[in-house]
Amino acid sequence: MPRPFTPKIITANDLLEGDVIYFTDTNSWSRELTEAELIEDEAEAQLRLLEAEKDALRVVGIYLTDAKSGDNGPEPTHFREDFRRTGPSNYRHGKQEAAANV
Amino acid sequence: MYKYNDFDTAFLAERNAQFRAQVERRIDGSLTEDEFKPLRLMNGLYLQLHAYMLRVAIPYGTLNSDQMRALALLAEKWDKGYGHFTTRQNIQYNWPKLRDVPDMLDALAEVGLHAIQTSGNTIRNVTSDHFAAAAKDELTDPRPYAELIRQWSTDHPEFQFLGRKFKIAITGSSTDRAVTRAHDIGLRMVERDGVPGFEVIVGGGLGRTPLIGKVIRDYLPQADLLPYLESVLAVYNLLGRRDNKYKARIKITVLENGIDTIREMVEERFEERRRAFDGTDQLLLEEIKAHFTPPKLRGGNVETYLAAYDADPVFRSWADTNLAAHRDDNHAIVTISIKAHGQTPGDATAAQMRAMADLAERFGYNELRISHEQNVILPHVHKSDLPALHAALKDHGLATANVGLISDIIACPGMDYCALATARSIPVAQEIASRFDELKLEHDVGHLQIKISGCINACGHHHVGHIGILGLDRAGVENYQITLGGDATETAAIGTRTGPGFAYDEIVPAVERLITAYLSLRDSAEETFLQTYRRVGMDPFKAALYPEAQKKVA
Repeated sequence: MPRPFTPKIITANDLLEGDVIYFTDTNSWSRELTEAELIEDEAEAQLRLLEAEKDALRVVGIYLTDAKSGDNGPEPTHFREDFRRTGPSNYRHGKQEAAANV
Repeated sequence: MYKYNDFDTAFLAERNAQFRAQVERRIDGSLTEDEFKPLRLMNGLYLQLHAYMLRVAIPYGTLNSDQMRALALLAEKWDKGYGHFTTRQNIQYNWPKLRDVPDMLDALAEVGLHAIQTSGNTIRNVTSDHFAAAAKDELTDPRPYAELIRQWSTDHPEFQFLGRKFKIAITGSSTDRAVTRAHDIGLRMVERDGVPGFEVIVGGGLGRTPLIGKVIRDYLPQADLLPYLESVLAVYNLLGRRDNKYKARIKITVLENGIDTIREMVEERFEERRRAFDGTDQLLLEEIKAHFTPPKLRGGNVETYLAAYDADPVFRSWADTNLAAHRDDNHAIVTISIKAHGQTPGDATAAQMRAMADLAERFGYNELRISHEQNVILPHVHKSDLPALHAALKDHGLATANVGLISDIIACPGMDYCALATARSIPVAQEIASRFDELKLEHDVGHLQIKISGCINACGHHHVGHIGILGLDRAGVENYQITLGGDATETAAIGTRTGPGFAYDEIVPAVERLITAYLSLRDSAEETFLQTYRRVGMDPFKAALYPEAQKKVA
């Protein structure tokens, strides 16, 4: 029996900065996970991934990853994505340090 | 040390110009990421979790002051003010912007540094003994040979697309400070009838299948080094598996075919290849050797050192842990710890790098080394300068007296930076160091190597740590396995797993229980953790680690 589909977001890294970015429901990229589109349907997830990949020249390493709904938008379900949304634990660098524009 | 000639300089300039054009074409969309990725990796540029990472080679770990200042410049101008020294004698910058990388490479080229072959399935940065040309027990300076290998392997057409990466380490001493037995090829200088040559070891490596290398040649004349290396690489290129990346290293080739078969094939090729070498390599080696003449060590007495040693307990503690015997009795080898308690192992700020460059000029004949243990070494310091050096190091937060002790931890970047990692390494190292600093037990515990990796690839060398810690992902939670009894030296050994892993908040208490057990088990303060482990075995340590399991058995 196939495993039930778990909600997903689309994430990647920005080509110029390398920064972690998220695909939104307006077909743009945001540096904030809370602004990512939470995709609840499996078929829709594949279609949205295709849409995101149209931007492959501006972004790097696009993939779908698990997320869940939270009070302020999508939240990570795995510690790896949690680290990606914040930054390293030894310095307040990365997203902890500054928000920037794509 | 080696100084680039016109050819080297022109080669780097051309290479950097090519990469600059490739970056521009990626940014304007002429190149896709699939096309660009192998090009950036050939120039040491990775994409990690939070940003790009530029890995710069420090060939055989040797730098002069100008080169160290250039590393500081990169940290300050194009990164976030620091760099991370790795177990492969590289430095990594964690936050470069794609557009800036060509400028960074040009700045490196100005001082004879580069990022070539710090990535990809090719021969990587050749590593060496960080005490080279200074150690009391050394037969011959290994660095001219390492430089010869660097020049031979750079853009070598036959070895640019190997099955996997290929790592070579070389030492000129009987004491192995280069972990030669855990490299694809390890070279150890030995003497036969008074003539130095190489013991050649192949098929060592850590990672998914940790193996200690096997001796393929117990004595190789120095003049045969390149044709023999070519023969080993050629056999690996032929037999090495490409069906499975985890089985593509030469250690698997040796394991599956047997060292005798590999030796036979290598010797066969060696006979052919040696004929193709007309002696040019030896002429080149002689030219290279001329760049490695040892500094003219100054004379003078060491009374100021002896007086400070007697009078100042802080200096004495630092001297006892951070100095090593130099071939000249009036000099010392100084290891500068960049493992201050609670800091990230291997990180140095731009200001610290500049301070070390200045101190190397002032006290150390303008030489610095980077160790695979992620520290910085001044290989030649007159003992009378040590008190002043120590005082200056204190001013820059570089006088931590912990070399070889429990807080001198090797730790890979782990999941704080690395895209491959499965758990964090850095905060575990920070917490262990801080905990034992609070307990004030560090000097009582004595020589102990803790090595931490954030994934099975073992960049933190955990398999050869006296205490090894491997971070894994267990059902979406960080989990840490412990191994005991590993050894990175000439008596190399792979550690043995103790049992089930520990959660993130359990790993530091688990290490503390191990240390408490060791202190009660050792037969004297002189018996090291590794010696005690070898004498008493795993069981008493296992009992300390898993007290609940012991209760159930009882």
